[in-house]
Amino acid sequence: MIETRALEVSYDHTNLVVENVSVKIKGPTITGIIGPNGAGKSTFLKAILNVLDFSGEVLINGNEAKQELRNVAYVEQKSQIDYTFPIKVRECVSLGTYPQLGLFHKVGKKQWGQVDEALAKVNLSEYGNRQISELSGGQFQRVLMARCLVQAADYIFLDEPFVGIDSVSEKIIMETLTELKNAGKTILIVHHDLSKVHDYFDQLLILNKKLVAFGQTAEVFTQENLRQAYGENLVMGGV
Amino acid sequence: MFTNFVQGLNEFHFLQNALVTAVVIGIVSGVVGCFIILRGMSLMGDAISHAVLPGVAISFIMGINFFVGAIAFGLLASVIITYIKGNSVIKGDTAIGITFSSFLALGVILIGVANSSTDLFHILFGNILAVQDVDKWISIGVAVVVLLVVFLFYKELLLTSFDPDMAQAMGMKVNFYHYLLMILLTLVAVTAMQSVGTILIVAMLITPAATAYLYSNSLKVMIVISATLGAVSSVLGLMIGYSFNIAAGSCIVLTAAVFFVVSFFISPKQNFFKKKVAS
Repeated sequence: MIETRALEVSYDHTNLVVENVSVKIKGPTITGIIGPNGAGKSTFLKAILNVLDFSGEVLINGNEAKQELRNVAYVEQKSQIDYTFPIKVRECVSLGTYPQLGLFHKVGKKQWGQVDEALAKVNLSEYGNRQISELSGGQFQRVLMARCLVQAADYIFLDEPFVGIDSVSEKIIMETLTELKNAGKTILIVHHDLSKVHDYFDQLLILNKKLVAFGQTAEVFTQENLRQAYGENLVMGGV
Repeated sequence: MFTNFVQGLNEFHFLQNALVTAVVIGIVSGVVGCFIILRGMSLMGDAISHAVLPGVAISFIMGINFFVGAIAFGLLASVIITYIKGNSVIKGDTAIGITFSSFLALGVILIGVANSSTDLFHILFGNILAVQDVDKWISIGVAVVVLLVVFLFYKELLLTSFDPDMAQAMGMKVNFYHYLLMILLTLVAVTAMQSVGTILIVAMLITPAATAYLYSNSLKVMIVISATLGAVSSVLGLMIGYSFNIAAGSCIVLTAAVFFVVSFFISPKQNFFKKKVAS
């Protein structure tokens, strides 16, 4: 379980980006985090991951999140990553094995086996020796998904994984995530495309700096909640 | 030119020292330079290499080994830069500019005060032909240490360079590796002072690495190419400088630059000619 208590984040010590968010997310589940631009969705994830300073408390499995980071896999927005970095697909996926390796230990046979298995899972076996810059956006997102798989973590955080990718990649990623959930994992996904919310997420966390709503998708994905988060101008079809 | 150089090598001990030291510096700065350019820290490299100057001067005054003072001031500069960047609206490049020019100015004054036998001109522009046995051995020792650290922490340096957010999310001490790299950078800067001088060290750090970057699709390949280019540029530059009796350090830097210019046009990543045709 992931629990936040009065979580608050500020970048400039005056304006809060995330305001007093307290939730308990129980797995196994796929939980979507939605909200308008600047609602603090990515910041919320990063605070749980201890990547930035925050006030309040974050507990994972009842312990301080800091001590549980080994058990969390994080897939950041792919636009944050330098495509021109000289690294091949297999190497990039192998980064996910680092937590199981100690200091001074190199990636060994066992780890490369896991890497190849994960690449096969996302249908990219024949791309192992390409440089990451030679991939399409969707293929690269699948590489990040494979990297997350080899981490074998119980908690998986993804930031906008479906932005700018092809439908084949989206399908492969979604199937992989569903399998992971069925295997007992807790998955959090920052997402902005409201049209697929019903199909993708069991639970929904609607955020606009403050917590607007949290619960089963069917219950909280309502006009009223969305209006609170996005304002009056939101035109929604199919809700 | 070549036979003349080889003859000189057989005859003069100072030239042997120069060659060995230049090659060692070329290799080690090529390796560290890869991480510097991949992290977008070229300017930081420039800053640290200038900032070690007051440390060197103070070491002379206090009669201690100049590595001690240099590392202290190199780290001090990187701490100051990081602090200014993190705690004000001033942008990173401005913080770097203010810090390193101040350190350099302080260094020039202190070297005057120290009034040591070491010529300021030689510190600023290098004097590879005057390298003593002890300097050569120190350079080799430092190079071995730096390469060993890179080898041992390769995995962590790769991850923190490529994806610092993921590294931090895994609970890795990203800052530790930042400062580790700063220490390596300082060590390289002090060693390279002998061959190309304080002013031009940044060239040895970034030019071979940038050239290698144009040919590499993995970090290991990039490091090997960069180290090789650093070493080859050092040998060729030294040969040209010695043969025509011109500044050897500057010749080394220009040789490395020639490799870069040629690669800029022919390397597969640039694809310069194909692009031209296409447009």
